[in-house]
Formats: sequence, structure tokens, C-alpha cells
Amino acid sequence: MTVAAGPRATTVLERGRQVGEDELRRRADWIRLETIRLIDQAGLGHYSSTFSCAEVLAVLYYHTLRLDPLEPAWPDRDRFLLGKGHVAVGQWPVLADLGYFPASWLDDYGRLGSPLTDHPDMRKVPGVDFSSGSLGHNLSVGVGMGLGLRLEGSDARIFVLTGDGELQEGQIWEAAMAASHYRLGNLVAILDANGFSGAGATSVTMNIEPLAIRFEAFGWAVEEIDGNDVGALVRTFDALGDPDGDQPRCIVSRTRKGKGLADMEAAPQAWHLGHMTEEERVAAVAEIQARLGR
Amino acid sequence: MTNVTTQMEDVFSEEAQAKSPNVVAEELARLAGAHPEVVVLSADMGASLVPVREAIPDRYFDLGIAETNAVSVAAGLAACGFVPYVVSMAPFGMLKCAEQIRTDLAATKMRVRIVTRLSGLAMGFFGTSHHAIEELAVARTITNLTVCAPSDAYSTLALLRSTFDVDGPVLVRTCEGVTRSVYPAVPTIPPGSIMEVRPGDDAAVIATGLGTSAALGAAEMLAEEGFSVRVLDAAYLKPFDERAVIEAAATGALLTVEEHHVLGGLGSMVAEVLGRHGVDVRLDVLALPDEDLEVGVPAALIEHYGLTPAGVAERFRRLVRG
Repeated sequence: MTVAAGPRATTVLERGRQVGEDELRRRADWIRLETIRLIDQAGLGHYSSTFSCAEVLAVLYYHTLRLDPLEPAWPDRDRFLLGKGHVAVGQWPVLADLGYFPASWLDDYGRLGSPLTDHPDMRKVPGVDFSSGSLGHNLSVGVGMGLGLRLEGSDARIFVLTGDGELQEGQIWEAAMAASHYRLGNLVAILDANGFSGAGATSVTMNIEPLAIRFEAFGWAVEEIDGNDVGALVRTFDALGDPDGDQPRCIVSRTRKGKGLADMEAAPQAWHLGHMTEEERVAAVAEIQARLGR
Repeated sequence: MTNVTTQMEDVFSEEAQAKSPNVVAEELARLAGAHPEVVVLSADMGASLVPVREAIPDRYFDLGIAETNAVSVAAGLAACGFVPYVVSMAPFGMLKCAEQIRTDLAATKMRVRIVTRLSGLAMGFFGTSHHAIEELAVARTITNLTVCAPSDAYSTLALLRSTFDVDGPVLVRTCEGVTRSVYPAVPTIPPGSIMEVRPGDDAAVIATGLGTSAALGAAEMLAEEGFSVRVLDAAYLKPFDERAVIEAAATGALLTVEEHHVLGGLGSMVAEVLGRHGVDVRLDVLALPDEDLEVGVPAALIEHYGLTPAGVAERFRRLVRG
């Protein structure tokens, strides 16, 4: 594609776009519906981990991030790193909707040769700022981007979405140390604190709390919010201000694993990785659609 | 044991740095001066990188004793268009970071250069934790990773310079303790090539890293006994110059020499090439055995495992005499 010289505002999605909270809530539920559709097509996927952060994805992509879907490599774009890469299934419909690639790509999700995979691959999909899949890496990558963008004099910001189970990886804390050592005010870590990892409750498998105190102790400015509340997310992201501060920001996003479906919220581990039967899928879609029709 | 004690000097002490040119740091400083996109990351190797820190204070980053983080941080910098050089100690900078190198650098084709120092037995005094003898075996299985191993100061310069333009990540496995130069001046080493550093027709020794200088010394000793021994320096392990191996096999006898584990390194690679091409040749592999290795001062270890000119010559005689 060719970008004409002159004002870029014609193609750039600016930060802090005016979107109503109800629209953002509906976006989050749409992400859930698309996640159900894509996982059904592929035959396997991470439902409940995606559902916990659906509001975060909706608010970031439709309100907060400065992006240019027609020029995915634009140097001054805000970066989004999906540390918990197993929820790429929730990112794909968003990137297609924003125009990074044709929506028809979604129809091949899960098939051999599809660029859209269970974890995101930056070499295959426009709009993926870095590949992920191996937990614990992307916060370090975000530190590197923070250093690089600062060297370039860019005011771009880097958001890294990590799982809370992911915080059990030691490399996370090496990155947390480096981020505050280098005073990376352009780096924002969003911890999707849904309380579970693949094997069960993090309080049982390996306790990672208290998160806020731990990140504060590592030198980060920390806020703790309800991560399923789009209003709280909007207010928190809006209050980030300019990315030229001298302290990395950590948002402890308290969420419910499986958010949005009553049965899944009640038994989130049953849906960490799975495939709904047709009966379950019809019921789940109906539950979400009923809410969208309110 | 006096000379052995000399080998035990801290190679990063100011005294040692003053005595032996710190070619890695000086070349990185030069590269950084020539290319504004070069950044240098140190995994607690700052004492040896003073010239870099002084030349490009804004583009030099200490990452502390956290090698895995350093590799992934480098990936983030590369994703922003920079060309990071990560300098670390070999046992921790490669084997410990194998997964980060594979996932964040190689699968993503990031232009990051991992420069490891003190490979092989160079830190053998400190314990088996500090032996770095498995990197080639691991590195060569990583798709998109270029792997090279300088054999002296000149080839260190040559490889640092010529790999700047390589697409994707590069591992530069530098070695210490080379007692004689392999090249008379900075050579031109085309990417992916094995260099002939001494002609010969009776047999060939293919060596890499520290092994090459030992092989050259051995070839000189063997010349006095009437053997014309070709010496090849496997400067690149990946891509691997299969044609050079096959041509060397035409001499009728092949010995490989490496300061690396006997499994998976240069010897294995040569054997695989010969097998794949159905080449019938006498072959022996001089490498570190698959057993608990001794701990001690590097020079004593090198001698113990036969990686000296005399050790290579002796192994060669056994090979050619059957």
C-alpha cells in the first residue's frame, strides 16, 4: 500500500478514541463470540483465558492504542505484546476487524498453512508486534522495545499483557528489574490476574501474590483495577499521560477466568483448553447474544 | 607449572586487557561508530567492554547477571530496527539461553549477534558449571541461526565484521588462550565457508576455534616427519561448507579437532556429511569426551585432553598408521 505524504491522521487511529463504554462492552462480548467460533473451527483452544482479558483487548484496540492498520510497521505506533500468547484466538478477529488482514483469513484458522495460529507469529501476521508462546519472554522484549523507542526519540508506548501464571517464570522478574533500572516510562505491563494457570489456581500451584507489592518493590508504579470493567480500564489507560515518565507502569488487572459465561466462570479450569460440544456452543452463544441484545 | 599459572590470569583484569588487545570490544566500538543502529548489551561483562561503553554510552546497556533477559531484550531492540550485540560468558550466554535464542531471535529472524567469550574449557578452573562445550551441538539445530567460531584474533575481527550484514541472528563463539595466530592478517571469510589455512595432500585436519591453532602447530611437527597435512579452519559451523569436507576427504584421512563435546559438534557434522555423500575415508574425532570432565587451570585441561599441537599430532599418527 502507498501512504501519501502529508497528514497521517487520515489513516492513524489516535490514542484515546471516543468510544462509549457500552460499545466497548459489546466489543468484548463480540471477541468472546468470535473466540467460540474460531475454536470450534479449529477443534481446540483456550476459552477461559481469552474471556478473562476480552475487555482489556477491546479497550486497548478500540480506544487506547495509537495504530495504523494500513501501515503495521509504522515506527511510531504503540506496541502491543501478547505475553500470554495462547489467547491469540481473541486477537485475530480484532486485527481482522481493524483491517490488518482480510477477514477471510479467520475462516482458515486452525488449518494447516493458515498464518493465524494458536500463538501469534510476527512473521506471518501483520499487526503482531512480536511473536509469543513461550511464557515469560515478552516483558523482556517490551524492555528492549522501550530502550529502542527511547533511543529513537519516539513517544510510542509498549503494552505487554501477561498472564498471572506467567509471572511464575523467573525471566519476568529479570525484565521487571531491568525496566525500572532503565526507568522505562514508556512501558506498561498489564497483568491479567485471573487467578489460574493451566494446572489450577495459582494460589495452589505456585503463589504469585501479592502482585502489586511485588511490582512496587521492583520499582514500578502500580495500579490495581477491575480488569473486566471497561470504564476502569479506560480511565486507567487515559491517565497514563505522556510516555516520557521515568517509571514503568504496572496495571494489576483483576479479572475472572471464563468471564462472560456463567458455567465457565463457575468452572474456569474445565475450559482452560478445550472444545465445546455443539450443545454447549449453542447455549454459550445464546447467553452472550442475549446480553448483546439488551 | 609457571606457564600454567600465567594462563590463570583474569583475562578481564586491567593488566591482562592492557597486555592483549581486547579485539572484541575494540571491534564492537568500531562497528558501533560506523553503524548507528548497533547497540551493545552486556551480561555482566562490562569490565571487558570499557571501549564500547566509552564510545557509545547511549547505546551500551548493562543487563546484569541475567542472560536470558538480555537475549529477549535484544530481540525487542532488533524489532525496533537496531542491531544488538549481546556479550556474555559462553556457558551462560548460549546454553542457558538456547530457548530464548530459538524463540525470540531465530524463529523471528532478529538481527541479533550473540558474542560469547570464554568458550570451551577457558573457565575450567571454576568448575564444571563453567565448561562451555555443548553450544555447537545445540546451536546448529536452531533454524535461521548462523553459527561461527573464530580461531584467533584476526578471524575474530573478520567474523565480527562480515556477519554484520547477515540476515537473522548470529552466534559468534570466540575462544581464549590461542597461543599462535592462525591467520597472518585479518582474512576475508565468506559466509558459510571453511578456510584452508595450510595446504597439504597426505591427510587433512578440520578444526574449529582453539583447535585450529593446535592443528597448525601439529601440521608443522608432522611436516618434519614427512607428512603433508592440510589444515582447514571451520570458521562457520552453520551454514556448513560440505564441499570443503568432501574435498578434504579426498586426501584419504581426516581428523577433526574441537574444544567441544564429542557429540554433536564439528566431528559429528563432518561424519554426517561423509555418511550422506557415501565418502569412504579414515576419520577420527578429537574432542572432549562424553564423561565428567576434569576441573583445573585451562592450559592444564587443554593439555590433558590433547588439544595441543603435540596432542593433535599424536592423534594424527594413530589415525594414519591405523
